[in-house]
Amino acid sequence: MSEGRAKDEARPRVDRVLRVLLPIAVLALGVVVWELLVRVGNIPPYVLPGPRLVFSTLIADWAVLSASLLVTLTTTLEGFLLAAAGGVGLAVLFNQSRLIEYSLYPYAVILQVTPIVAIAPLLLVYLPQQAAVLACAWIVAFFPVLANTTLGLRSVDHNLADLFRLYGATRRQVLWELKLPAAMPYILGGLKIAGGLSLIGAVVAEIAAGSAGAGSGLAYRIVESGYRLNIPRMFAALLLLSVAGIVIFFALSLVSHLLLRRWHESAIVREV
Amino acid sequence: MPVHPSKSGAPVVALHSVGKAFANGVVALERLNLDVRPGEFVSLLGPSGCGKSTALRIIAGLSEPTSGTVEWLEAEAASAAGPRRIGFVFQEPTLMPWATVAANVRLPLKLAGLEPNAPARVDAALARVGLSGFAQSYPRELSGGMKMRASIARALVTEPKLLLMDEPFAALDEITRFRLNNDLLALWQSLGKTVVFVTHSVFESVYLSQRIIVMTSRPGRVFTELLIDAPYPRDERFRTSADYVDHCRQVSEALTRAIAATEGP
Repeated sequence: MSEGRAKDEARPRVDRVLRVLLPIAVLALGVVVWELLVRVGNIPPYVLPGPRLVFSTLIADWAVLSASLLVTLTTTLEGFLLAAAGGVGLAVLFNQSRLIEYSLYPYAVILQVTPIVAIAPLLLVYLPQQAAVLACAWIVAFFPVLANTTLGLRSVDHNLADLFRLYGATRRQVLWELKLPAAMPYILGGLKIAGGLSLIGAVVAEIAAGSAGAGSGLAYRIVESGYRLNIPRMFAALLLLSVAGIVIFFALSLVSHLLLRRWHESAIVREV
Repeated sequence: MPVHPSKSGAPVVALHSVGKAFANGVVALERLNLDVRPGEFVSLLGPSGCGKSTALRIIAGLSEPTSGTVEWLEAEAASAAGPRRIGFVFQEPTLMPWATVAANVRLPLKLAGLEPNAPARVDAALARVGLSGFAQSYPRELSGGMKMRASIARALVTEPKLLLMDEPFAALDEITRFRLNNDLLALWQSLGKTVVFVTHSVFESVYLSQRIIVMTSRPGRVFTELLIDAPYPRDERFRTSADYVDHCRQVSEALTRAIAATEGP
């Protein structure tokens, strides 16, 4: 094959390497600048700890922090699963019955537009703490799944819908064989957003709960460390939260890619 | 060898004075009379918006006429309890992008609960359209012509007696269209189906059909009907013959008059 072809094939590979290397380089640069700033400026650790101190705190406090991480991740995962089931389930219900959709959809929107920080303290009054935290994670995360799935279920190709009608498909067949597969890219898009949001919901609820004097999640550790002016631990907990968010995002992106790679435009790498 | 329309035979399906008005006030069809005879290849020809697709959808049962009746042959009516045995090919290939070619072709069998011997029938349908090697491909991996072949295989898999085709080759390039025209004629001759073919191409309708129904638009109605008596099998030689050109001229003139009649004084 010609050289031109080889060059064309090399370009995406270079592109992929750059996409990984550049953010890492920026991160390294940021860390170095941060460390220098702290040392040169002689900034005390209770104002701004250097990255080395944050890292050593992370290791020293690993027992406490990892236990908290597990709590937060469990809440996040449960909230996410409930949001996925609830969002898709409600969307399917709405799709099957217009009356139910008319009756309930406005309240789903209201639940979404009311700031979760404002709802969390109320939930903590009425629900046991663990349930309240979970409810927060769910409320924040379910709406994008609901909205996206609703859109996806309506985005069925009209001709395909006609084809199903022509062959006398039942409602169930239309739902399982046509509407849900057609909605899959939308559902996965909604889940990707929900993953990050359920972490946010869990953190918000933990902070609200923490101020009430209970809890052991990462967000609670942040609040607690703040009160004790243990700023390095605050940073270490924040770092863990951030990493958790990144892992969730990439895990969901991977699932989405694996499910769509054979057929959906979004997952196909085009050869130019 | 060629399947000729049995002119004496009762129509497979007949539209009697069928009208269709849409909610937005557009009258797509008005007093449309149309007979489809067993085994024939008939084309509906007309300008865009003449209601030929609407007529096809009414035959398929995808659309209800606002006036008039659709009458089915006794034998067909008997099976009316279940979905009628009709194959429909849309203008777009209309394949499920998330399913393989084989799964797409199997769909009608699956919906009808005819799964047991499905694999053999799917294989046979794919072989008929020359897609045997592509059963496990996804639609997006196929060319436009191959997608349309898959769509035709799907329409044939239930072995319908009546095949309805709505401008199936309109979006294809000419070379592909000619090949699919030939393949379609070969299928029609070997399988003995009745085909109702909607097109806006004079040349395509003459090449394929035994009978061409020219329609006027707004409202859609039958303007005239022409017989193309050239023998089958028709091939590239027919496409370049004086006979073909002659028929094309007649049909073209009829179409021009139909359009003029529409626009009126």
